[in-house]
Amino acid sequence: MADGTGPGRVTPSGVALAALLFILIAASLWLFIAKPYWWTPLASQHGADVDFIFTSVLWVTGIAFVVVHALLGYFIARYGAKGNERASYWHDNPKAEAILLIGTAVILTVLVFMGQRVWASVYFSDVPANAMTVQVTGEQFAWNFHYAGPDGAFGRQRIDLISPTNTIGLDRTDPAAMDDVLSINQMHLVADRPARIRLRSKDVIHSFFLPNLRVKQDAVPGMGIEIWFVPNLAGNYEIACAELCGLGHYRMKAFLTVDASQDAFDTWLREQTALQ
Amino acid sequence: MYLVETGSEHKAGFIRKYVFSTDHKIVGLQYFFTAFAMAIFGGLLSILMRLQLGWPSRMWPMLETIFPVGMAGGVMSPEFYLALQTMHGTIMAIFVLTALFTGAFGNYLIPLQIGARDMAFPLLNMLSYWVYLLSCIVLVLAFFVEGGAPISGWTAYAPLSAIPESGPGQAMGQNLWLVAIALFTVSSMMGVLNYITTIVQARTKGMTMSRVPLNIWGMLSASIISIMVFPVLLGAGVLLLADRIGGTSFFVPAGLVMGDKLIPHSGGHPLLWQHLFWFFGHPEVYIVIVPAMGIAAEIIATFIRKPVFGYRIMAGCWIAVVALSMVVWGHHMFVSGMNPFLGGFFALATLLITVPSAILVLCWVVSLYGARIQFTTPMLFALGFVSIFVTGGLGGFFLGSAWTDIQLHDTYFVVGHFHLTMAMSPLFAAFAGVYYWFPRISGRMMNERLGRVHFWISIAGAYAIFLTMHVMGVGGMLRHSYDTTQYDFLKHLQPLNVFVSFAAFALAASQLIFILNFLVSLFRGPRAEANPWKANTLEWAAPAPIPHGNWGAVTPEVHRWPYDYMVPDGGEDFLPQNAPAAVLENKRF
Repeated sequence: MADGTGPGRVTPSGVALAALLFILIAASLWLFIAKPYWWTPLASQHGADVDFIFTSVLWVTGIAFVVVHALLGYFIARYGAKGNERASYWHDNPKAEAILLIGTAVILTVLVFMGQRVWASVYFSDVPANAMTVQVTGEQFAWNFHYAGPDGAFGRQRIDLISPTNTIGLDRTDPAAMDDVLSINQMHLVADRPARIRLRSKDVIHSFFLPNLRVKQDAVPGMGIEIWFVPNLAGNYEIACAELCGLGHYRMKAFLTVDASQDAFDTWLREQTALQ
Repeated sequence: MYLVETGSEHKAGFIRKYVFSTDHKIVGLQYFFTAFAMAIFGGLLSILMRLQLGWPSRMWPMLETIFPVGMAGGVMSPEFYLALQTMHGTIMAIFVLTALFTGAFGNYLIPLQIGARDMAFPLLNMLSYWVYLLSCIVLVLAFFVEGGAPISGWTAYAPLSAIPESGPGQAMGQNLWLVAIALFTVSSMMGVLNYITTIVQARTKGMTMSRVPLNIWGMLSASIISIMVFPVLLGAGVLLLADRIGGTSFFVPAGLVMGDKLIPHSGGHPLLWQHLFWFFGHPEVYIVIVPAMGIAAEIIATFIRKPVFGYRIMAGCWIAVVALSMVVWGHHMFVSGMNPFLGGFFALATLLITVPSAILVLCWVVSLYGARIQFTTPMLFALGFVSIFVTGGLGGFFLGSAWTDIQLHDTYFVVGHFHLTMAMSPLFAAFAGVYYWFPRISGRMMNERLGRVHFWISIAGAYAIFLTMHVMGVGGMLRHSYDTTQYDFLKHLQPLNVFVSFAAFALAASQLIFILNFLVSLFRGPRAEANPWKANTLEWAAPAPIPHGNWGAVTPEVHRWPYDYMVPDGGEDFLPQNAPAAVLENKRF
């Protein structure tokens, strides 16, 4: 095994490079601890879990980042070449390798188990019975929000009925469609009431991104994808398309209003019904 | 050894010697200069993008004269922005980095480092380059056809990429893009078949697999990955082209409506493209980074002046990476609509692949312990590589875990992450390689002072740009976006965009220092000694300049592993692989 203390000197080049790594560590710590730029404000129930698991991963990677760079910087500063001294001749250490292998594996296993819990709570849990269903259809370059109305049943849709004024091809002759509400680029949900989203696309792949609610799901043509979440903070938020969908991708923006009460929502829905 | 040992120089004219040459060194240099030209082109595209991102919709009247369509009125159009972005990604990821490592460094170094006279199939090797050049030309042509270059990104997700009506550039531009990708794939296959065969079959006497340099292990691993995944990309590209011009529907489902027009396709599935693409696309990252690791390890091994730590472990880690890289592609698809049950599996596989990566980093860091580091320009870049790879790799934890990827997917966090891991760290390794092997290739030294300046600006620039992008990504900054000031929740991040743009300009400008240093040193640099870095590997033992066939009458014989530096009792601090065994014994007694 090596005698690491013998050869090598502190050299100006080594110190300069180590200083750079030190500045890097300091700047990164400041960015991720002082958080001058951080998440959008949280507005959903499961979002707290997502943020927590992010923070956990941040701690683990942050420690690894600091330790590896500190070691790198120290060795660089300490073991520069000067004169004709000889470095020590050694090249293997099974113990150090085993420790790192097992250590990494253990930390990763813990992270996977923690994360899998969050993933399961998002994707493998049943939609609560009181959920409100919204059919969301992406198209180049707008979001269509389709509500079932008071009867709770969605009207039939037909491709041949699609037109600039009937963007989802809703068949208004269907009794179930009578009270349906179609809203373009404006979505309303109710605070603390679960929302079930049925996501589709008319043309290319879009991605339904609600930054404040920690929700992101691609809308894939030919697929119906269902997700659910619980908005828990009333307010106005933005909805973005997160998947490149063509030249107007950057302006494929919609608005989400989380109403404080069911009454406020019902009022909005009535106004919309009048406009249909 | 089955290669014919001619031992004599070929008498060939200029064209056969320097243009249509089967000499692996010439092919390697052709690959290098072509990839380098493509890198400059791809880099300029990113500068244009940074202009738009830093100052959305601002007038740049001067640019209108260069791009009368894309910047009509001096303002960049969204389709031109997306075309720049598609072409920047395609060029850099595939046509620069893949070609630069296995194509340029692999070609030049593999036969020299294993003591072979040339590649196993020299003609195939030459063809590989010419098909590569053709693929570059076809790709760049996409800018000049009706509608311009494609706008679907380097991942070309169907149906955007499958339906010509889906946007400008999606007609002829996308066709050319696919043809270029197919040609590149063919070229790559011809290359990597050669590299694998050469490494397995053409090693000189005494060069066992446990004695080949680390760079050879990196090249071999990357070539094995290439041969497994490039055929899938070729297949996927052919299917997509068939969807576009043959009326098939591999990737397009029924019932699509574009501009109120029903698209006459049915029966395909968009996710099939993503699976096929990422089955290639993620291993592609390792095709780039593994040889970069090999080059960096090689250079670190020389300049620590002690035996490198963990030679066998590094080789083992790369083999593990080869195997695991085949089962991680789904981590690009956590929110794609793929069955969420698969999310857990792909997250686990992805976190598994960080274990060999972490051990590789340990090997490099521990190698420095007790060393006496020579801070030459190549060593600075190799150390920069380690730092950037660590930082970028740690960001990968967030994206490889399905649960944290939900929020970060398609944000600048992803852009920052993959630029650190598969753009900046490989480029640092490539720069290290150029500074390191320049004397071997040209017989002259590059300027150390300019090299240092290049290094300092580059590493500061790389971190300033891409670490900042991570922070923007946490804030939700959307990628693929022509103008992110459209969103209120992103407006407060705009100053960071401006900062990143300035840092990008500085980084780009600093590359001029490298180009200047490279060109001036090529003609005016001080004469290099035969083995200026006092390295042990075989390429330094070849005559200078290296003749066609590399070695004199007989190929060198290898007596030991390549990292015998500071052997106790030794006189010199290094002991080349081909130095006769007697030398060591004499010194011992």
